[in-house]
Amino acid sequence: MTKTQAGAEGATAPSAAPQVPAIELDGVVKEYLAHGEVVQAVKGVTLSIAEGEFFSLLGPSGCGKTTTMRMIAGFEDPSRGAVRLRGQDVTDVPPNKRDVNMVFQSYALFPHMNVWENVAFGLRRRKVAEADIKRRVGEMLEIVDLTGREKRRPREMSGGQQQRVALARALVNRPRALLLDEPLGALDLKLRQAMQIELKRIQREVGITFVYVTHDQSEALTMSDRIAVMNNGLIEQLAPPREIYERPATTFVAGFIGTSNLLTGEVERVADGHAVLKAGEDGRVLVAGGAHRAGDPVAITVRPEKIMISTEEPAGEVSAVRGTVSEVVYLGTYNSYVVGLPGGAEVTVFQQNAHDSSSTAERGDSVWLSWQPQHSYAIGS
Amino acid sequence: MRRAKAAVAPYLLALPAWIWFAIFFVVPIAAMASVSLTTGNILEGFQQTLSFSNYADAVGQYHVQLIRSLIYGGTATVIMLLLAYPVAYWIAFKGGRRKSMYLFLLLLPFFVSFVLRTISWGFLLADDGILFGPLKSAGLLPGDFHVLATDVAVIGGLTYNFLPFMVLPIYVALGRVDPRVIEAAYDLYASRWAAFRKVVLPLSLPGVFAGVLMTFVPATADPVNARVLGGTGNTMIGNIIQTEYMTNNDYPTASALSFTLMAVLLVGIFAYARSLGTENVLEAAAR
Repeated sequence: MTKTQAGAEGATAPSAAPQVPAIELDGVVKEYLAHGEVVQAVKGVTLSIAEGEFFSLLGPSGCGKTTTMRMIAGFEDPSRGAVRLRGQDVTDVPPNKRDVNMVFQSYALFPHMNVWENVAFGLRRRKVAEADIKRRVGEMLEIVDLTGREKRRPREMSGGQQQRVALARALVNRPRALLLDEPLGALDLKLRQAMQIELKRIQREVGITFVYVTHDQSEALTMSDRIAVMNNGLIEQLAPPREIYERPATTFVAGFIGTSNLLTGEVERVADGHAVLKAGEDGRVLVAGGAHRAGDPVAITVRPEKIMISTEEPAGEVSAVRGTVSEVVYLGTYNSYVVGLPGGAEVTVFQQNAHDSSSTAERGDSVWLSWQPQHSYAIGS
Repeated sequence: MRRAKAAVAPYLLALPAWIWFAIFFVVPIAAMASVSLTTGNILEGFQQTLSFSNYADAVGQYHVQLIRSLIYGGTATVIMLLLAYPVAYWIAFKGGRRKSMYLFLLLLPFFVSFVLRTISWGFLLADDGILFGPLKSAGLLPGDFHVLATDVAVIGGLTYNFLPFMVLPIYVALGRVDPRVIEAAYDLYASRWAAFRKVVLPLSLPGVFAGVLMTFVPATADPVNARVLGGTGNTMIGNIIQTEYMTNNDYPTASALSFTLMAVLLVGIFAYARSLGTENVLEAAAR
């Protein structure tokens, strides 16, 4: 057992004093045989999750996020690499001996037991004294707001309630980390949003490391301290939500997180710390940073809400491209425009509906799009 | 009008089965109940005398065979349960893509007549048959060793004949257990044994109940195994009923015995359901 520093116990700030990470994956690979062929579900994942962190594994289905989580839980054995919990190698430790608990996608509550028995299951297996079980289950049910429903069977409860039972059943054991596999997937939008806030509250309250698997980017952005975006068995980017959103490291991340516009071009010149890309007859795209040289091919992304739309050519050190509005969608608090560029590319622009909606462009209008150099992000392919 | 038709349709569709059931089950059973209270004999005819003494006489005369049947049926059921559960478990959880093939193999003997299969058991277990003959001539078994015409032969035959009826419902129940629920048990620190005892077994109880129902009742009433594999000391109640009816033409006694057996089995099954926890069984089954 590795000793944690005094005071590190129960620390909630993810970037607190150097300490042993709650969870470490070291070059983890998962291979399996399918129709006589070796398939790699996870192709080498290395990451380190801090004590008390809310960490999300985000990616499309089949990207290896669930397999990665199941290796942390112990349900899958890594083909190569190591899993460490608080510095202790648990690669060969079965799930029932690992100090992590899981909230399953379909909740996987015990259908033949009532709420109380479901929640007490883990404590009973660990031979906790009956009086302690009683107290801890009671407290936990209070945290998830299910006091008074102890005798209910899972079948008699709503999806949201079952969700909370699953959460209580895992958290009552005070695990080193809680693993959540798309726990809100089965709930409707309203309930899902309420549960997101609820989950975050509970995590703060109990101060346990959460590892959250989801394909829903808004869910990951809302709740996480850090996100690992996975694709095709690999981590594409591992960063805090803001960085993932504003500085996507790869085309995949840019495309997967939110709406984003991908523009490609060749560097025309470098001036004043900007690389300038030519865009059409009279347009230009400015990219901050001096890492580029004339002639380099560059791909950049711009978030739709960073772009200004105007009828006159913008002045100053900004990117400015001309296009024709091909679609306008009214979305309440903002309008979404699709603007076609001369080269054939399409750019999505979100414009807030301020009080003066006179500047609204119409379909077919010729417009200028402009944005600050720092909002053009050059990305690797 | 359409709506009325739609509402009536299910009833109409179920009607033939209900009529069938009424004619071929309710009517004969009522007739038998009436016969069981008559007195007389085949030559002079039977009169309805509402004499319940038929029951007392029949039970008094044949209680040995009745109890023996319950013991045979019960023992065979217990052995079947012990044999069937692991097989059902193995097919359900380890069968992989060959599940249906294993189930087919299990049911394959059913394509051969029940009586024929029992008779071939007789050949197999014969004193100097293909199994014991060579062993005896090799001196590995004493010359007077025999299995045929013993309790072992009859219980063995019953066990063999009804085993698939025990496997199938248990298999179905186990197949309905969500693998994630079992994983959840492991995740919550349950050992393999604890996960089985606390989660898999309780969730498969409806299957066990159905299996016991489908084997204990016919095994206890079965006349074939005792006739083919048993001796004079292994007669079961089914044989007595058959003899009374077919050979002695003592219809009232045969009927009274049949009803007694029915009553005993019903009481037994209800007591069993009770002990398993009827609520649990029905509730889990309704899932």
